[in-house]
Amino acid sequence: MGHPDIAGRRLSKDAYAKNFADLHPPLSAHEALVESDRCYFCYDAPCQQACPTSIDIPMFIRQIGAGNPLGAAETIFEQNILGGMCARVCPTETLCEEACVRETAEGKPVKIGLLQRYATDAQMRTGRQPFQRAPATGKSVAVVGAGPAGLACAHRLAMHGHDVTIFEARKKPGGLNEYGIAAYKSVDGFAQAEVDFVLGIGGITVERGKALGKQITLEGLRKEFDAVFLGMGLQGVNALNSKHEATDGVEDAVDYIAEIRQAKDLGKLKVGRNVLVIGGGMTAIDIAVQSKLLGAEDVTILYRRGAEQMKASGFEQQLAQTKGVKIKHWVSPRKVLAKDGKAIGLECEYTEEKKGKLGGTGETFRLKADMIFKAIGQTFVPDPMKDALVLDGGRIKVDASRRTSLPDVWAGGDCAAGGQDLTVAAVDDGCRAAESIHEFLSA
Amino acid sequence: MADLRTNFVGIKSPNPFWLASAPPTDKEYNVVRAFKAGWGGVVWKTLGEDPHVVNVNGPRYGAIHSGDRRLLGLNNIELITDRPLQTNLDEIKRVKREWSDRAMVVSLMVPCEETNWANILKRVEETDCDGVELNFGCPHGMSERGMGSAVGQVPEYIEMVARWCKANTRMPVIVKLTPNITDIRKPARAAKQGGADAVSLINTINSIMSINLDSFAPEPTIDGKGTHGGYCGPAVKPIALSMVSEIARDKETQGMPISGIGGITNWRDALEFILIGAGTAQVCTAAMTYGFKIVQEMTSGLEQWMDERGFSHLDELIGKAVPNVTDWQYLNLNYIAKAHIDQDKCIQCGRCYAACEDTSHQAISNAPKNGKRHFEVIDEECVACNLCVEVCPVESCITMVQMTKGTDPRTGRKIDKKYANWTTHPNNPAAKVAAE
Ligand SMILES: Cc1cc2nc3c(=O)[nH]c(=O)nc-3n(C[C@H](O)[C@H](O)[C@H](O)COP(=O)(O)OP(=O)(O)OC[C@H]3O[C@@H](n4cnc5c(N)ncnc54)[C@H](O)[C@@H]3O)c2cc1C
Ligand SMILES: Cc1cc2nc3c(=O)[nH]c(=O)nc-3n(C[C@H](O)[C@H](O)[C@H](O)COP(=O)(O)O)c2cc1C
Ligand code: SF4
Ligand code: SF4
Ligand code: SF4
Repeated sequence: MGHPDIAGRRLSKDAYAKNFADLHPPLSAHEALVESDRCYFCYDAPCQQACPTSIDIPMFIRQIGAGNPLGAAETIFEQNILGGMCARVCPTETLCEEACVRETAEGKPVKIGLLQRYATDAQMRTGRQPFQRAPATGKSVAVVGAGPAGLACAHRLAMHGHDVTIFEARKKPGGLNEYGIAAYKSVDGFAQAEVDFVLGIGGITVERGKALGKQITLEGLRKEFDAVFLGMGLQGVNALNSKHEATDGVEDAVDYIAEIRQAKDLGKLKVGRNVLVIGGGMTAIDIAVQSKLLGAEDVTILYRRGAEQMKASGFEQQLAQTKGVKIKHWVSPRKVLAKDGKAIGLECEYTEEKKGKLGGTGETFRLKADMIFKAIGQTFVPDPMKDALVLDGGRIKVDASRRTSLPDVWAGGDCAAGGQDLTVAAVDDGCRAAESIHEFLSA
Repeated sequence: MADLRTNFVGIKSPNPFWLASAPPTDKEYNVVRAFKAGWGGVVWKTLGEDPHVVNVNGPRYGAIHSGDRRLLGLNNIELITDRPLQTNLDEIKRVKREWSDRAMVVSLMVPCEETNWANILKRVEETDCDGVELNFGCPHGMSERGMGSAVGQVPEYIEMVARWCKANTRMPVIVKLTPNITDIRKPARAAKQGGADAVSLINTINSIMSINLDSFAPEPTIDGKGTHGGYCGPAVKPIALSMVSEIARDKETQGMPISGIGGITNWRDALEFILIGAGTAQVCTAAMTYGFKIVQEMTSGLEQWMDERGFSHLDELIGKAVPNVTDWQYLNLNYIAKAHIDQDKCIQCGRCYAACEDTSHQAISNAPKNGKRHFEVIDEECVACNLCVEVCPVESCITMVQMTKGTDPRTGRKIDKKYANWTTHPNNPAAKVAAE
């Protein structure tokens, strides 16, 4: 194991463009008609039940089939104002499309995600919002975080006529839509275009570079506003519990993905020749695939359990494998191997499950690595709220309407307990909270 | 936002989408569900005299499907309501009271005597419904008993019954026509003569769906036998559109309100009926295939289209296409077009070639180009029949392009911009020579 080989410009300019193009290209008008024709317009449709935002899927597909894509878009946006992003990033294979009766019948579900994209793209192209604000209520709500949860909440509140101020710590709004989602799922600046679309309803102000716990406090917001919604996502990263975690070349996957998403010139991003990824979720898949697309020669995901237990769906695992990523199951990292303070490899141990408990077998092996990515989950950092709220399993405790332990504070998305850590689930939380806040403010 | 409110011969409804008289409007339970889903009105399942009729206890429907089992045409041998008259009347009254903003029309069919019609009209009036529709259409069962299409096929009977009805009720009277007749204008004129306020069409078309190759019996089959039924659904729409247009442009019936029925499945179908002269659009098969919820797609689609095109009321649209329906003899024979294949879209399947070469005008060439399959229109042969356009699997791959100048390479004649039709064509023995 020599010196680490970490470099940019591993590929030609064209290759970067090709690698990071749309994962699923949009349907043409003809394809959309043919696909819409496959939908049975099921009664009490299973696909709709499987959608966290309960989009009326049979209805919007029927509208596409009847040549009314804008009506279809409205049906989608009524339930999910981020329906455009969800069409791109939802793991449909474990949500609506898994539930589709044609999956049951033939193993070929209606391509709901792509149809949703077809309709929402049509609306976005018009540059218009399908909704109007209700007359102003004079009430004001603070939303912390401009991720999917915060944006969905703000939009619904604005629709009801409330004035909304979003406080966002970062420079750009969008949350993980802007900084986290794999680049090939959201191309051509879609995340920002969607933010503009959402804000187009009016009545929403975004304060950028304002972080709760720094420039603003929960107490202050509660005094100044009639209600508060927290949608801060997860800001912490789980530790590896392995020696030399802080060695050069050991990177946090989420941070690196944010760099990919913000890069103007992908060639400037340095990537290892041999890359190891530790983790088994969507983030692990995303960093592995994107490393490969950046030109890494060998990329291996190390996961401590089997394929079935991976949080990444079967489709995601397959995607990684078709891109040339290797997935090694039943292994866990023991020690980062370093030379001159730089990571050059990883010592791993095989794992097994005995009586439901995961443990090492004692057998170890070494893998060469120029870069090691940690993708072992993010954590909620409660510090900005200073113990004001009751937590549950490390995240904010909420009831069914996403209300926290404080009567005028709601929370949703990844920072709230009991969620699914998906964009669409964050949108649903934001919407539910908004309806509950609206009820509270109308009382 | 477009306003879909409709006033049809004084019958008001929040939108033009009505459920046609059929199983969807058979009883209070269905109709309430329909109104909840958003239907603008209903024509209640045809009422008759007691004792009520009975239906078969075996299959009453047959259908044709696409390869993917999309229902294209439906056939039925159901009769009129098989429930006691008073039961229906009580329910109609209750529903109308609860849903006063929706149109409630009651369909009727009784034997051809004035007292029978007078009696039932009196009882129906007590429900406070908005109007009646006379069912002269059912082509099966009832016609064997001298009702339904047996009346609808005799214009004199239509006129007579319509007159009795107008004399015996203050309610608007709509006459529902059977398409099982050669000239639809005759019964429509008769309805008008009789004083009817409007006509509705079409009822179902005589049909046998299929013959079972094992039992040698028509389908649907009941205990080894079958009978013809009434055909409806998407497949009948073109027939209905044509019939509606005939009535809309006939000198004698022009302007008489029409309720369009036949194969309406989405907002576009409904709008087509409206443009060809219908004031409301009635739906049966689509609701029976997909459930009541489809009305939401219809209202959304129509509103969206009207908003996009800048129409605000349905009145601006009713009959808008009628002036463009004409007789063959008035079509412009100087209009010259040629098929054109977009080579970028063409997938070289050769269907256009087979169709044109075998059955049309041998106007598509099939000569390989650069070693590849290649199909091209031969302008010298093309008569612009449109067959290739219709058989091509790729949408807008073949288009009809009008020639506006130069010479038609097929006839060698110069393009004449002047309109000229058959009535003055030299080949027409009856051509009127233009006065010198
Ligand atoms: C790499 C990666 C890939 C993913 N891929 C997918 C996918 O393909 N499909 C899918 O459905 N889900 C995916 N997810 C999950 C999904 O992105 C999240 O579930 C979703 O973004 C959660 O939305 P949120 O609004 O709760 O939080 P976030 O999107 O995290 O947004 C939180 C916002 O709050 C801001 N903020 C944080 N702290 C403060 C503070 N103190 N003050 C003010 N603002 C603050 C942040 O800057 C951010 O803008 C992925 C996640 C990751 C990490
Ligand atoms: C099962 C069935 C029963 C019907 N019963 C009646 C009826 O009782 N009275 C009537 O006027 N029309 C009846 N119809 C005809 C419909 O009202 C309608 O005119 C016809 O089905 C065409 O419309 P569609 O293509 O939308 O189905 C019936 C149709 C069906 C399919
Ligand atoms: S389950 Fe499948 S077929 Fe049924 S409505 Fe949903 S998308 Fe259509
Ligand atoms: S549709 Fe209902 S009533 Fe008719 S045959 Fe099927 S189950 Fe029986
Ligand atoms: S039918 Fe259409 S696609 Fe096929 S060869 Fe002809 S033009 Fe090309």
